[in-house]
Amino acid sequence: MAHGDDKEGNGHGHVADEDRRDILFLATGATAAVGVASAVWPLIDQMNASASVLALSSMEVDVSALEPGQEMKVSFLKAPVFIRRMTEEDIAEAQKEDIGDLPDPSARNPNMPDADATVDARLLGENKDIIVLSGVCTHLGCVPLGDGAGDFNGWFCPCHGSHYDNLGRIRQGPAPENLPIPVASMDGDILKLG
Amino acid sequence: MTTMIATNLPASPRSLRNKGTDMRYTIASVLTAALVTVSSAALAAGGGKIKDHDFSFDGMFGAYDQAQLQRGFQVYEAVCSGCHGMKHVAFRTLADENGPGFSPEAVKAIAANYEVADEEGEPGDTRPAKPFDYFPTPDVGGNPPDMSLLGKARNGGADYIYSLMLGYTGEEKEAGDVILYENTAYGGYLNMAPPLYGDDVEYADGTEPTLKQVSADISAFLMWAAEPKLVERKQAGVWSMTFLLFFATLVWFTNRKVWARVKHPEDHS
Amino acid sequence: MGTIPQEHYEPKEGTTSKWINDRLPIMGMIDHLQKFPTPKNLNYAYVFGGILVLFLVIQIVTGIVLAMHYQTGEASAFKSVEHIMRDVNYGWLLRYAHANGASFFFIAVYAHIFRGLYYGSYKAPREILWIIGVLIFVVMMATAFMGYVLPWGQMSFWGAKVITSLFGAIPLVGESLKEWLWGGPFVGDATLNRMFSLHYLLPFVIAGLTVLHIWALHHVGNTNPTGVEVRKESLETVKKDTVPFTPFYVTKDLFAILVFLIAFAFFVYFAPNYLGHPDNYIEANPLATPAHIVPEWYFLPFYAILRAITFDIFWIIPAKLGGVLAMFGAIAILAFAPWLDTSNVRSTTYRPIYRWWFIVLVIDFFVLMWAGGQPAEGIVPLVSLLATIYWFAHFLIVLPVVGLIEKPLPRPETIEEAFRAKHSDDDNDRNQSAGIAAQPAE
Repeated sequence: MAHGDDKEGNGHGHVADEDRRDILFLATGATAAVGVASAVWPLIDQMNASASVLALSSMEVDVSALEPGQEMKVSFLKAPVFIRRMTEEDIAEAQKEDIGDLPDPSARNPNMPDADATVDARLLGENKDIIVLSGVCTHLGCVPLGDGAGDFNGWFCPCHGSHYDNLGRIRQGPAPENLPIPVASMDGDILKLG
Repeated sequence: MTTMIATNLPASPRSLRNKGTDMRYTIASVLTAALVTVSSAALAAGGGKIKDHDFSFDGMFGAYDQAQLQRGFQVYEAVCSGCHGMKHVAFRTLADENGPGFSPEAVKAIAANYEVADEEGEPGDTRPAKPFDYFPTPDVGGNPPDMSLLGKARNGGADYIYSLMLGYTGEEKEAGDVILYENTAYGGYLNMAPPLYGDDVEYADGTEPTLKQVSADISAFLMWAAEPKLVERKQAGVWSMTFLLFFATLVWFTNRKVWARVKHPEDHS
Repeated sequence: MGTIPQEHYEPKEGTTSKWINDRLPIMGMIDHLQKFPTPKNLNYAYVFGGILVLFLVIQIVTGIVLAMHYQTGEASAFKSVEHIMRDVNYGWLLRYAHANGASFFFIAVYAHIFRGLYYGSYKAPREILWIIGVLIFVVMMATAFMGYVLPWGQMSFWGAKVITSLFGAIPLVGESLKEWLWGGPFVGDATLNRMFSLHYLLPFVIAGLTVLHIWALHHVGNTNPTGVEVRKESLETVKKDTVPFTPFYVTKDLFAILVFLIAFAFFVYFAPNYLGHPDNYIEANPLATPAHIVPEWYFLPFYAILRAITFDIFWIIPAKLGGVLAMFGAIAILAFAPWLDTSNVRSTTYRPIYRWWFIVLVIDFFVLMWAGGQPAEGIVPLVSLLATIYWFAHFLIVLPVVGLIEKPLPRPETIEEAFRAKHSDDDNDRNQSAGIAAQPAE
């Protein structure tokens, strides 16, 4: 008998396992699960970035006014980005360093993944003279000072004393990594971030 | 609780009337729905005469006609945008697949035709708009309504806008120092001069810009501006209704099976 | 009277269930809820309680996620709602579900209330259960009203202004009370912010009251279409009159819920603004009143009562105050139904005279709803007044008098008997139709 010990036929008995395996009940349960999952998804997805936030995830910057040796700071995704046009002396100085001696030998450049922190891998532009850096110290997130600050003529983080050179490579102090380069590309004098 | 039973007559078939109650309740529910519908419809009536135009986005399976939205945008840009802004509509949405579907380059070029406030400059400074900006509100007198939500802010929606464009009778009257224009859709005189006459734009897709065509196109565009997720909504709706009908059918059978042993225990002995 | 006997929960030795239950008797509570003896003869009029629980959950969940994107404030409220509609992932769905959810919540609550009135669910020993229900209804109305203010459209603003101005009618303290509600001499940021805060709070008050409502229900047991109580003498008699809630009413309520959800989904996906008002897509403007201010449809009957009083009552109560008192009185009077009804028969099914008056009450409710949506001109004020008078007369005159003069119809002795009689009819029908074969005996 299919209804366990419900001998009185009044519904108060226990339901047997055979009932639980009934194809109709299984199909109903599975459909309920699909329904609940479909109803829950919008509640989760609404917390993902909205279209208006995503619209801000790329930005164009005109760097034509930037002279060699000049630096500018833009705000991108509510965080600072440093943009600097290198002089020939800057590049020459940067080239002197042996990559093997650097605390962090990686280029940290998503536009050139796996590259070493060479001058070529850290610079952008047709003339390879523009450095674009995310202005957030890799130690604990402070904004480093620029315009040749620090012992290596690059950037210096005043919070805990991290010194970056003119290619934004960490040289001294507690920061573990070079200042990362954001996803970026150059089209003439237009720098496209994101 | 036995005192509740006033008479001790044996139960006659007549005493078991509750069988009819389900049906009565169903009728009551249907009546409720009907009355809500009627009273809302009564509210919606009044004012002028609105023609029911056959738009591509009507009905459960309706969707926007991309070419029509592109034409409608041309009309907005050429005629409406001089007075009416759309402060809730971002230029980037002109590229929406279920909207006008302009290319990203075209959107960039469209945005650059508009000047918006430059928050990084001095107060009052402007700069060309970028795709993430919103349609600016022109600095004109007379308080022309913002067009972002016009498709939903009037009884009749797109049909109303369409009827308004075609509803000018040519009658005018002066009220103080403004001229008012009679319009059958508005149901009286309004202070907007007839904005469209036909041949108002030269359509990029070669469609002939008759007054009816231009009116239908701008109405469709404004409906999209007000309800940009209409296509997603209707698609999700068809899926959801199908699912719910299927699920309800399954549960109906499940429920019948569950109750069978109580309702008809003799079948299960 | 007392509660319905139910089998005692006894977890097996050594199980996790027992370990938990010895420390917190929650397993016992779950067992009680699952197996709750429910009259076996409930019809589809009894499904709205379950539907209401679901809609409370839908409203709270969609409301919480909408609050993640909504920004209160005169300058930002309208804009943030458009942000939700246009930019937030599924924002359009969440907002339309929340807005139409309120409407369907009220459809269900009105059906639930009229079911209670028809089957005498308010009568002893269910007076407290009923009064908690009336309280839930009042808090629901307050919540819905405040929620409608939040998008800060024209109807939001003017609705808020008009309804809060009602409190100005109260003698002596009225004006100060109104300014206190507004947070100053005008409806603005202060008003909107407190509406948002309270709109977020009150649903949890409803949830708390719902727990009390269900607690009271599980103590006294459900009514049923016959109005005859479950025989509580022993477990044996209880088993003859009832079925355990699970699975019988889980599947039945679920089926009803799905049918209700189909109607709900139709509005959300295909007519999301049908029950709303176009003027609320125009941003609030304190300098221009819309031509015709109407509340949401579910407030129309009570709005009609508010407007029906256009004259001073007994030269003492001014018309404005009279309207306010009538409106709140029309709801409050529901709470007194248990004592106004003199009939000793619970179910209207067996009340040949009252049945007609009940139909009149339902019609009266819809007449009020119609009148509330019309401009107050022509025949409308008179209709509103007559319908208002009937609403009160129904409770104050019909309910006491009909109970005294009516000779009720014979009722079944037990639920079991009524159920068996109904389904043996079914069996006869079934045996006659060859199309549906009886289930094979196993």
